[in-house]
Amino acid sequence: MMIDWTNFTPWSSLAGGALIGLAATLFILMNGRIAGISGVIGGLLRPVNGDVLWRVSFVAGLVVAPLLFQTSFALPAVDINAGTATLIVAGLLVGVGTRYGSGCTSGHGVCGLSRRSPRSFVATTLFMASGFVTVFIVRHLFG
Amino acid sequence: MKLLSAFVAGLVFGLGLILSGMTDPSKVIAFLDLAGAWDPSLAFVMAGAILVASVGFHFASKRSRSILGDTMRLPTASQIDRRLVLGGLAFGAGWGLAGYCPGPAVASLASGNAEPVIFVVAMLVGMGLYELRTRLSATSR
Repeated sequence: MMIDWTNFTPWSSLAGGALIGLAATLFILMNGRIAGISGVIGGLLRPVNGDVLWRVSFVAGLVVAPLLFQTSFALPAVDINAGTATLIVAGLLVGVGTRYGSGCTSGHGVCGLSRRSPRSFVATTLFMASGFVTVFIVRHLFG
Repeated sequence: MKLLSAFVAGLVFGLGLILSGMTDPSKVIAFLDLAGAWDPSLAFVMAGAILVASVGFHFASKRSRSILGDTMRLPTASQIDRRLVLGGLAFGAGWGLAGYCPGPAVASLASGNAEPVIFVVAMLVGMGLYELRTRLSATSR
């Protein structure tokens, strides 16, 4: 294994992670909800009275984040290599997969692992493994 | 108050995603690329998040109501079934293809790039298809 030391950002990643953990903590203690992004958004597609506004508020915070971030810091550079077709296929897989499997990186990966949930441990292991294999196939078999 | 705290939670979550580097799809893919030049940063994101959230969930598990008076909705499902496995595998494949998972993609919507918008629309269609299928199987029963 070869480590990419030039792009490795242990401190900002650890600090960003701590903020994510803080947000999840805030959400469960204040609102009694799991900060699972796919679950929060997915619930908007099955609107139930009284169950919509908190979802919209959470998503609004997420959308506004870069606007607030750039008032004080430069937004980190992003490099997107996926073309439109790839983005569409990827989006569909992520949409169906996260709802069918009841969670994504935040719900299973952060909240679930923090709760020591065996279900989330299995889900996280599988989506990570699937991500590793997919990147291997795309980059090294066809790349 | 509940809406404000939901907004703040989303905001802090988004700031964390940006600071951590998760909103850069190339960085995410560099983490998933074990056979290439591997960038271990995202393991640090997970570690930082779990370290802090473990404390939060520890206290949450002892409460019957949230601080603002809501029911604590901690998941109770424990089954490791076909849905969990297939869903996880499909999600991971999509994540590896584009380098976006739901949070970072939504937190990139206002960045001015078209890519996260296309991804999020496709993701919503995917979630919608799941809803449709669930509803159809519920009515046919």
